Parts: sequence; structure tokens; C-alpha cells
Amino acid sequence: MSHVRSPIRQKWVTNTETYGQITADVARPIEAKPNLLWLGVTAFSGLVMLMGFAMIGWTIWEGIGTWGLNKTVGWAFDITNFVFWVGIGHAGTLISAVLLLFRQEWRNSINRASEAMTIFAVVCAGIFPLLHMGRIWLGLWFLPFPNTRGSLWVNFNSPLLWDVFAISTYLSVSLVFWYLGMIPDFATIRDRFAMKGKMAISRIYGILSFGWEGSSRNWSRYEVISLILSGLATPLVLSVHTIVSMDFATSVIPGWHTTIFPPYFVAGAIFSGFGMVQTLMIVTRKVYKLENYITMDHMESIAKIVLATGSLVGLAYMTEFFTAWYSGSLWERYIFINRAFGPFGWSYWIMFSCNVITPQLFWFRKIRTSMVLTFIISIFVNIGMWFERFVIIVTSLHQDYLPSSWASYSPTYVEFGILIGSFGLFFFLFFLFAKFAPVVNMFEVKTLLKHPKKPEGLKTGSEPVTV
Amino acid sequence: MKRNLLIGKYWDPEAVLEGLDKLTSQGVRIFDVFSPFPIHGIDPYLGSKRTRLTVAAFIYGCLGFLTAVTMMSLIYGVVWPMNIGGKPALAFPSFVPITFELTVLFAAHGMVITFFIVGSYWPGKRARLLDIRQTDDVFIIAIDKSKVSDEAAVKAVFEQTGAYDISETEYVK
Repeated sequence: MSHVRSPIRQKWVTNTETYGQITADVARPIEAKPNLLWLGVTAFSGLVMLMGFAMIGWTIWEGIGTWGLNKTVGWAFDITNFVFWVGIGHAGTLISAVLLLFRQEWRNSINRASEAMTIFAVVCAGIFPLLHMGRIWLGLWFLPFPNTRGSLWVNFNSPLLWDVFAISTYLSVSLVFWYLGMIPDFATIRDRFAMKGKMAISRIYGILSFGWEGSSRNWSRYEVISLILSGLATPLVLSVHTIVSMDFATSVIPGWHTTIFPPYFVAGAIFSGFGMVQTLMIVTRKVYKLENYITMDHMESIAKIVLATGSLVGLAYMTEFFTAWYSGSLWERYIFINRAFGPFGWSYWIMFSCNVITPQLFWFRKIRTSMVLTFIISIFVNIGMWFERFVIIVTSLHQDYLPSSWASYSPTYVEFGILIGSFGLFFFLFFLFAKFAPVVNMFEVKTLLKHPKKPEGLKTGSEPVTV
Repeated sequence: MKRNLLIGKYWDPEAVLEGLDKLTSQGVRIFDVFSPFPIHGIDPYLGSKRTRLTVAAFIYGCLGFLTAVTMMSLIYGVVWPMNIGGKPALAFPSFVPITFELTVLFAAHGMVITFFIVGSYWPGKRARLLDIRQTDDVFIIAIDKSKVSDEAAVKAVFEQTGAYDISETEYVK
């Protein structure tokens, strides 16, 4: 706007000449009647979610004896799913907060959907530790409050308790950040429905928009708090996966008690999160015809982050191996050889090929700009990152210090059901969001449009309205 | 409070900045500008002070920090000292993560709640719009009529800088 911009820099908004066009394009799916495709996918994911809930119900009713866990492998599918979903959640905050601090303009059109993804992923993640307690109705015991149990207090030295604080802070702060960003856009939707005379729907969005009017005094405060929230959310997002990694790193299990875990987990989380962003964005931009706002340059930028973080993750895998050998600890060495060549070696190689080899294809521009190939690679990334957590958890546990207690692990249909159900829940929430909320941040995309054309249909002499 | 406003409606934010520049150089006080997105470089023309929400956030953060440290020290130091492997019960290094989380929690929520209170926003509040398109693609400069000596000069600036509609209206806030 008031700054000069080089004409050779990428344009993050293409083929768009008026602000009104941005509003119309983003609001179209909200204003249209739900079509068969949307109803179909939402109903399907809803059914999958219900199946998951049934399995959760069975777990709560019968106990976690319905899972394949045993005394040796006490953590497996459930904690894998937990770490996987928390990791997916990281990309949203990274895009909305870290890229805002770095003034990366390409975040403007993808931040909304990524933040939604973050919140739904953390909701999915939260289910798993609660279920793992076995007696979910005692979940309140995780909170430090005076009680008649002795009085019994929580253990502040335990990373598992730090997790309770980290995940709940992360969920609530991300939710606030996401909602705050949607307030001006809800106001835009409110006024569009009011213009069309659909006052009931306009009122619903009016309630959601908190009476936003777009006063510049409030815009100025709004921008300041967005910046401060990003400043707070940036260390927060790093702390969350650091603390998740400490669930493992502060133990004395070979393969777990390594100091590389915090950065390694954070890089992995960003990697998996961006993989999921790719999966969702490729479909969203195509179905909603938002290619002018989520351009090929956006998709390339995301691919480059996947490449960078994928390489970091690969480096971490190799560092782990080197350190295991260099440490001179027999147990550490054994665990790593067992990880790659033992009974669960297949899962290690799935992880390695999906996370280290496939993202390297993003070095080629042709692949980065092919949405079909990018989509396939993003699915591989998602699979690979799920297996990473499975490998870390199960291979470290199943053959421990005492050979007499060595055991194997195989998941039951209940565990599979909860995993698949969590995907159902995630997509069900995402589809609801995509239908009823603006998937692209309209007001932030509008700031990217330079030199707009005069819009049509400007009326003179209109009276003030209350909506 | 009832106000009589002089309003100029624009479709180009650059023109809004130009209009504000000319108006303020003539000594006209701007009542408010309504826009679908934040216009950068507008703050100096509004004559408003820098928001103190940042200070509020800092204070809330300190409150969160103190809450966390007090809570954990009282529970572990006084009420329930636990002996884990002979290590001290009051182990401040392991209090760091929770202290950090509560600091962020208090700062973020406190700041946002304060923002809603200061701007008087709440779910269900009715919005009073000068133009139904002001959240879409219309930009409005509003000037309080009672504080302007020469109305014709203001209208002339609106005209010059490309306002497509110049009118007067009552505004209740």
C-alpha cells in the first residue's frame, strides 16, 4: 500500500482486480446450498467418527485390556496417535505466528485453514492420553486442586504433567488466535447475508462477529494484539512438542533418553504438519476454486518447508544412529540395530523411506508444481510421520533390559478403530469448518491486493444500517 | 451518544490516505475511518495514542508467572513435599515448563479479553454500519460535524481525493 513493491516479486494474489471479488470468491461456498459432494464426504467422515466413538465407548466400558498392550509394551498405538496428532497441529501455529513475525505474505491465505487444522488435530490428540488413563472419569485428578484424597497432589517433576499444561494452553491459545482472526471475516459474511435480506443467517454470523464494524481505532489495536499473540504462540508451539519429547527423553529407556529429542520432535512436528497442510490445501483450492489466492507459489513454498524439515528429520535419524554407536552403550547400540533390522524393522524402513527419501523429490520444480505428485508425497509424509512415533515407542519398549520380559505387540481392532475414528473426527470437523466459515482469511488477503480497480454497483446516499 | 457525521466513501485505500493527509493538514480532526482491512500508515492521522494492550499483556504474563511459582512452591515446599530419589522437593528447574505455560496462558487470554472489553465487543452485539459494504470493499472517512468550522472545505477535500459519495448522517454509539 504505502510501500513500494518491486514488480518482479511474486504476486500472492493473481487474476483479481477488486476487493469485492475476494469476498465473493471466499464467501461463495458459505452462501451456496450444500452440494452432494460435501454432504457425502461429511456424512462419511461422520460415520467413521461414530465408529471411533463406539470403539472409545468400548474401551471405557471394558478397560484398556481391549488393546494389545502388555506389561513390556505399555505404550503403543495410543501414544503414537497422540504424538502424531499433536505434531500435525504444529503447522497451523507455525504458519499463523512464526510466518507473521517473519512478515511472510504467503501465510495470509493459508493461515485460516491451517489454524483450523491445528485446533482439530489437538482435539483429536487430547482424546488419547485421556483414554490411556483407563479410568477417564478420574481425569480431573490431573489438575492441582485441594482434595480429600490424602491430600494428594500432582507430580510437578513429571513431563506427563507438563504435557497437561502445555497441551491445554496450546489448544486454548490457538483457539483464541484462530477465532480472533475470524471475527472481521464473520462480519463480512454477516453483511453479505444482510445485503441479500437473509436476516436470520446474518444474525447468526452477527453473534459470531461480536459486532465488528471495522473501525480503524480497533484495527490498530487488533494488529497489535495479533502481533503479541504471535510472539507468545511462537515459543509456545516450540515448548509443546519439546515437552512431548520430554515424555520420552527424561526416561531411562534406550532409544528414548537422548538430548536430541526436543529439536528432532519439533522439526518432525512441523514436517508432518506441513504434510497435512499440503493434503488439505490441494483439495480445498481445487474444490473451492481458490487457485487465485492459494497459488502455485504458495504450494511451492509449502513444499520447500516440507523439504527443509524432512531433511532435518533425516539428519536427526542419522545422528541418533551415530550417537548410539559412539556412546559405547551396549543397550543403546542394540536398540538401534534392533530398530532397523529387528522384528519391527519393516516399520523403520517405511518411516525412513517416507520421511527421508520422498521429500527429497521436492528438489525438482516440476514435482513441486505438480499437484498430483505433491498430493501423493504429502500422503507419504503423513504415513511416515505416524510410523516414526510408532517406531520410537514400540521398538524401544518391546525388547528392554531384561530378556525374560521381552515381548511383541500387535494392535487389536479396537486400537485400529480409534485411530481411524480420530481421522473421521478430524475430517468431520474440517468439513464443517470449510462449509460454515471462510476458509481463506479475506481481510488479510485484501491487504495483498495492490492497485484495485473501481468496483461496480457502488451506491450513493445509502443510510446507516444496524445488523 | 448521538453525533452528526460528515462522511466520505472511497473504494481505494490509497485515496483514503491522501484524503486523511489533506484533512489533517487543514487541522480537521478525524472521528474515525471504517475499512474492510487495516490500512497501514493510518495511525498518525487518527491522533490516537499507542495502545497500552502490550503493557496489559506484560502484566497478565507476570501474574501467570507468579501464580505458577507460588502454586508449585506452596504445594511442593509446604503442603506436600515429596521425596523422589532423595532429590530436593523444591526443584525449580522442573517448574520451568509449567511456569512458562501459565505465563503464556495468562498473557494471551488476559490481553484478548481486555481487547474485547476496551473495544466493547461481545457476542450478540449489534453493529452500526455507515455502509453495508464497509466490511467488504468500501472505505469511509467520518468526521464529527460539531468539531468542524468549515464544512465546505472538508467536502471539497473529499471531492478532490476521489470520494464517490459525500453525505451527512446521524450516528449513535
